[in-house]
Amino acid sequence: MSELIEVSGVNKAFGGIIANDDVSISVPEGHITGLIGPNGSGKTTLFNSIVGYHPIDSGSIKFDGQEISKKMVPQIARLGLLRTFQQTRIYGKMDCVANMLVSTPHRHEGFRSMFRKIPRETTEKAERLLEFVGLYQKRRLVSGELSFGQQKLLEFAMALMNEPRVLLLDEPTAGINPTLINGLIDRLKRAASELGITLFVIEHNMPVIMGLAENIYCLANGKVLAHGTPAEIQNDERVLEAYLGGQTKLDD
Amino acid sequence: MNEYGVQRWIFGALLVFGLVAPFLFPNFTSQLTVWWVMVLFALTWDISGGQMGYNSLGNILFFGVGMYASIIVQIGLYYDVAAYTTSVGAVKVDFTTIQYFTGLASGIITGGIVAVVFAVVLGTVVFGLRGPYFAIGTLGMGLAAAELVASWDYVGGGGGVALPVYPGHPDERSLMFYFLAFILAVLTILVLRRVYSGFFGIAANAIRDDEEKAEGMGIHTMRYKIVGWSIAAFFVGMTGAVFGNMIGFIEPVEVAFPAVTFGIFMVVMSLLGGKGTLLGPIIGATVFHLIKELTWSYMLGWQWVALGALIIVIVVFFQQGIIGWAQEKWPEKFGIFVDDEMAASETQLEAKGAGRAAE
Repeated sequence: MSELIEVSGVNKAFGGIIANDDVSISVPEGHITGLIGPNGSGKTTLFNSIVGYHPIDSGSIKFDGQEISKKMVPQIARLGLLRTFQQTRIYGKMDCVANMLVSTPHRHEGFRSMFRKIPRETTEKAERLLEFVGLYQKRRLVSGELSFGQQKLLEFAMALMNEPRVLLLDEPTAGINPTLINGLIDRLKRAASELGITLFVIEHNMPVIMGLAENIYCLANGKVLAHGTPAEIQNDERVLEAYLGGQTKLDD
Repeated sequence: MNEYGVQRWIFGALLVFGLVAPFLFPNFTSQLTVWWVMVLFALTWDISGGQMGYNSLGNILFFGVGMYASIIVQIGLYYDVAAYTTSVGAVKVDFTTIQYFTGLASGIITGGIVAVVFAVVLGTVVFGLRGPYFAIGTLGMGLAAAELVASWDYVGGGGGVALPVYPGHPDERSLMFYFLAFILAVLTILVLRRVYSGFFGIAANAIRDDEEKAEGMGIHTMRYKIVGWSIAAFFVGMTGAVFGNMIGFIEPVEVAFPAVTFGIFMVVMSLLGGKGTLLGPIIGATVFHLIKELTWSYMLGWQWVALGALIIVIVVFFQQGIIGWAQEKWPEKFGIFVDDEMAASETQLEAKGAGRAAE
């Protein structure tokens, strides 16, 4: 299996706080990779570094063999590397269909195509994907009026609309009604298997990530603490220490 | 959809009214011309202000730039501009009929093009600013332009320039300027209708709602912002050329770069009608122009107070505008609804989706 994202030796500090300390991670193509770690362990910082939201201090980030650590956010997005946000971000005053239509890929967009009409197939595809996430009936509602969970589903559908090669998901199940979580996990798996999208997922919900990912990285204090299959991670002493150690100390 | 049906009727009525209005109300031709100019202001401001959420206070710059570019061409084609501007009153310069019309036509087009050049060059700078910083930056641009032109003697400086005189009857003259403004407004409506209905429209709205997200999805945000502003500049620049010629004498502060009158009116008209829509700015410009003319006629001396009060009321109590209010009242007429036919449970939907995939 080939590595689609290769992060090697990445350092990132904000002032005196070291958010990522010599982090090396690789995300294999066509699989679901998980990223866990206690609060403040540098997971979101790593995501932001990969998609270009801030420059890294040192190290290298490669996407499909190409160095991307110096590229800007829209350039990286056009390569097919996309992320969703922990705090869901959608276009709140547009209806769901418009949210989907605007998310079409912009890979080979020339000057002329700014003024192109929206083809019928694009609209149909948008509606199919809205069906896929269960928002078809609400497609003509202003998206800002949807519930938080529904907005998350919409954001996920928008990401699929963009036909990314890799999708970085920042806590996809946070804030979603527990009864809907199983449906979401099922859809994430189908996106990976049917659409061939590589997923890289930050998740706090342990049962979710253990059931979803094929291999998992655990970050703690900005460093990679452990890497392995869900079973290996679950039984790793250091991971248990990182998650529970701090807690027991507090309880003392 | 319903909304578009209503829209088509309104546009049809506007077109017919526009064609016959100066013949029905011959005494009001100049007010009607200014009405179309107001419609042009509101529509073009709304491209960046309403659709993209970039509240420019400096679009008046393009008006003045178009106006001055036009007169330089109009005079420069047949005379030395510097000699012309210094000789005002001393030497009478006559333009022949052909010189007048060729000059006017090329002046209007040049006005539009030069304004676009300004939009592209300045746009790359100011579109790096967000929110209030963008508003203040563009306001500064408009004010600075007036000062710069005031000290530029080549075009008459603060004293202004008299424009070539129309070679014909005054009634013909006002009819010609009426129809020039009318044609520009119709063209703008047609272009914007086309542009908003395609990908440009939703990309502009995406920039308005969450620009960072739009960047994150790979949209060329800068390109859209500059192109949107350039469309505005093109039409406002040509409007400036027409308006300057209609007035007949132009100077920088009151006529070419009136940042605190026209420059603010364009914002207020869009807000009043409902920003981010095609119909809103037209309605806003119409209502605003009516109120303005009425206060000028019946409340002379208090007209600025009345207008100021109106602006405060709009900004504080009526931010959504006329169209926005209608949309809140009758959402389904604007295509906002839950699809009842598909109001089945999620699992059934998925079965349907799977069925379609299998077909």
